[in-house]
Amino acid sequence: MAQISLNNLAHSYYPNPKEQSDFALKQIDYDWQDGGAYALLGPSGCGKTTLLNLISGLLSPSTGEILFDKTDVTGLSTEQRNIAQVFQFPVIYDTMTVEQNLAFPLANRGVQKSEIDKRVSDMLMTLGLQEKAKRRARGLSADEKQKISLGRGLVRYDVNAILFDEPLTVIDPHMKWQLRTKLKELHKQFGNTMIYVTHDQTEALTFADKVVVMYDGEVVQIGTPEELFEQPAHTFVGYFIGSPGMNILPVDVSGNLARLGDHQIHLNKSYSNLDGKIELGVRPEFVRIVDKAQNLTSAIPLSIVAVEDIGRSKIVRGEINGVSINALVAEDANIPLEAFVEFDVDRICIYNDAHLVEGSF
Amino acid sequence: MDKPVNNKAWFFVLPVFFLVAISAIIPLMTVVNYSVQDTFGNNQFFWAGTEWFKEILHSERFHSALVRNLIFSFIILLIEIPLGIVVALSMPRKGFWVPVCLILMALPLLIPWNVVGTIWQIFGRADIGLLGNTLVGLGVNYNYATNWFDAWATIILMDVWHWTSLVVLLCYAGLVSIPEAYYQAARIDGASKWKVFRYIQLPKLHRVLLIAVLLRFMDSFMIYTEPFVLTGGGPGNSTTFLSIDLVKTAIGQFDLGPAAAMSIIYFLIILLLSWVFFTVMTHYGADNNKTESGHDS
Amino acid sequence: MLELINVSKRVGSQLHIDNVSMTLESGSLNVLLGPTLAGKTSLMRLMAGLDKPTTGEIRVSGVNVVGKKVSKRNVAMVYQQFINYPAFSVYDNIASPMRLAGVDKKTLDTKVREAAELLKLTDYLDRTPLNLSGGQQQRTAIARALVKGAELVLLDEPLANLDYKLREELRVELPRIFAESGAIFVYATTEPQEALLLGGNTATLSQGRITQFDKTINIYNNPGDLTTAQTFADPPLNTAQVNNVDGALHYGEDRLGTVSNNISNGQYTVALRPHHVSLQRTDAYSMRIRATVGTSEITGSETFIHVHTNNNQWVVLAHGIHRMESGEQIDLYLNPQKYYLFDENQTLVQAPDNPAPAQSVADHQQSEAH
Repeated sequence: MAQISLNNLAHSYYPNPKEQSDFALKQIDYDWQDGGAYALLGPSGCGKTTLLNLISGLLSPSTGEILFDKTDVTGLSTEQRNIAQVFQFPVIYDTMTVEQNLAFPLANRGVQKSEIDKRVSDMLMTLGLQEKAKRRARGLSADEKQKISLGRGLVRYDVNAILFDEPLTVIDPHMKWQLRTKLKELHKQFGNTMIYVTHDQTEALTFADKVVVMYDGEVVQIGTPEELFEQPAHTFVGYFIGSPGMNILPVDVSGNLARLGDHQIHLNKSYSNLDGKIELGVRPEFVRIVDKAQNLTSAIPLSIVAVEDIGRSKIVRGEINGVSINALVAEDANIPLEAFVEFDVDRICIYNDAHLVEGSF
Repeated sequence: MDKPVNNKAWFFVLPVFFLVAISAIIPLMTVVNYSVQDTFGNNQFFWAGTEWFKEILHSERFHSALVRNLIFSFIILLIEIPLGIVVALSMPRKGFWVPVCLILMALPLLIPWNVVGTIWQIFGRADIGLLGNTLVGLGVNYNYATNWFDAWATIILMDVWHWTSLVVLLCYAGLVSIPEAYYQAARIDGASKWKVFRYIQLPKLHRVLLIAVLLRFMDSFMIYTEPFVLTGGGPGNSTTFLSIDLVKTAIGQFDLGPAAAMSIIYFLIILLLSWVFFTVMTHYGADNNKTESGHDS
Repeated sequence: MLELINVSKRVGSQLHIDNVSMTLESGSLNVLLGPTLAGKTSLMRLMAGLDKPTTGEIRVSGVNVVGKKVSKRNVAMVYQQFINYPAFSVYDNIASPMRLAGVDKKTLDTKVREAAELLKLTDYLDRTPLNLSGGQQQRTAIARALVKGAELVLLDEPLANLDYKLREELRVELPRIFAESGAIFVYATTEPQEALLLGGNTATLSQGRITQFDKTINIYNNPGDLTTAQTFADPPLNTAQVNNVDGALHYGEDRLGTVSNNISNGQYTVALRPHHVSLQRTDAYSMRIRATVGTSEITGSETFIHVHTNNNQWVVLAHGIHRMESGEQIDLYLNPQKYYLFDENQTLVQAPDNPAPAQSVADHQQSEAH
């Protein structure tokens, strides 16, 4: 187990990168705390897998260095870094039994037979695979195979980190819940540093203590799930996290007043000297649909485009002055004929050229 | 799976039926016809029943040719399969050298059998051949025309040179289809090169190896042109394989009945052995196929 | 109209499709929902005519088409993998089925541009598929399926290989695109959320059988049996085996409340969605049970708490952020009005009071949008 530090790390797949756009991973400086659960979240091509491969040593960086507990490992191979990795598609040794699969990394490292037996039987218990110990691994279901891949890392008690590359891609929704919970339990139990790459926000937020959101080779925000939800540092984070994502509305802001076309929205903070593109962000969860009868001064008329019943809630899709806006309302909520929207003023974020700006009281 | 029946499809198959009938079934029937009759020329035939079959099955000459064939095929498989795997493993996976290697590998396969025979016949000659002359110059008493061991060695060498490429190409195709994640996982698990081969590459090559073994077995069991061109079955009978013996019997001695019976027996042996190979190897990987071909929902 | 009448498909000793009967109307969107190996792909192959049913009939507009070739059937299919002609431009990819059908140049051009507009591909018509993102590649494949003018369009988990966010966007757009075409759409997915977002009708599949076929939201609200309810639940349903004694539900030591008198005594299964279990008492009817926390997962605005109660594994979806330690004892409050009750044959005997139907304006606008 180790703290993993990235110093000025950057990577380009070109031999002589010249411009910023040549880099698949633009410069990153970050310390991954020992025993932390991290997620790298972003759309495909954002550089998250590149970063994972740099940490595991499958790629070597164009610039910068990687330290494990202050020791420079930049030049070390995957084997020497002593990490474990679970891949998108389950990798198991087809001809071996479940037991032999789990014993394999230990046997390769010359661990004593009695110690191997003990650890393997403990691990079978932990993973709930005791009954299948003697079965050929290739006959198992996808989620069991992923458990074995994970188990091969966990039996080595001394791994510096366990890396996951979209491990739930081939797992059915119901099994995803079980496997995810299992991962979480194992993290608690073993205390390994875990880094989990995914494009699925639910997986990232539920798994990690800290989520690293990446976009176009850059880290746009690192934060706890609450921070990412409540204070997205960038409009991309607002859009990417949450379903549906944050409503981003073009506005003019002066002081504590935001203007959306003819409508005014009172803010609880005041903003000064903003120039560039100004946008107001508010999550669908914090958009209330109100009746005209309630006649609140702050309410803005909404023309409803569609109401989607998605079971436990409804998505109201509408437009204000031709700008589309979504609201998330309770499953048994009534949608009034003449609808107005109102924003939860404490949950409004203001963005200047896509970056969050702090207001003052 | 049963697909919707389309009767028009039969029209497309008809030409093939026609060709197969002319090229295989009718000759085969003629052979069967000869095998149960005797003739003294003049197109007069007499019923001989199973006599020729009995004669062949009890013939010393047939037995020794069959044993020669079996030993030959065994040696060929023993050399070409491992050699093919080793060469495929050492070929580059990407970059400039991939097409170069592939073309070099494919070259021997493009050369006709009798040309291969002729090349090696000259190559191995003690007086003017590069190989023969060099060996003799090194003090080796090499002569494929008089020494049975030299003759065998030359024929085996020739076959290995000619056909190992096929095994290489098949294995190479199998190897490149293994996802990169398997190698990465093995590195992370600290597996040695040998273990990567034993637990990842070999299991994944299982199917192409089945094809390689079958093809190389059938082909080597039917070997004819090369020894015919090189040694003509000699020295003595040391390289007289079944096919050469068959031709000697049929065309050299004009014993049509025994030759026909022999070719039927020969045919049945190949069929039987191929079936045995196939069953053993597919059975071994039966549950493997099930999971890998298991389609989604 | 596509009708399947007692269709079964046997491969070797395995029954892949077990006596399926269903009628799909023109212009409808039909979701096939079920886990991997439930028979979704097998059923689609039968509908397309790629496979022949072992028994049963498949009728298109009342005519039996079993045995009719796929190429004669006017079917289009979109797969999980993005299948396009790699050497063709997006324009030529979309145009290809019409070129094969010999459509005149002018009509072809109009139709390709219409489809491209609908699928937001207008700016990419000159590119080849390999220079597109995954989402654009799949849009191209969908556009090609649409311009073919097929009576039946089959989509087999078309969004499974796309990023989560792209999926979300396409899910919103697809119903609108489908509605403009008028063909019968069949859409296979493993994800309940996807079915709900697409709307239309849903058929839930389990082990080759269709367990229910109805309007999507109706199945979600009124699953006919426990299997259907579990297939249509993400996060999974919480279940408890209870004993009904004169209207009182006994769950081990706990009581889970009362049910109406016309439900006879005996064993039942109570099922409850995770967001109907709360950490605070919400009203006077709430029933309290004790639970032990396993793990908790925070999604940003909500918390999933995995708990054990009387040997059952439950999930609670609680509003807000709750950090709980593993092993902690907590109280859970259940609202009996939100119970699904299944009898010993796993048939639904009671569903929650349906949420108040959305008012007419919303309904109207919803149907217009779909």
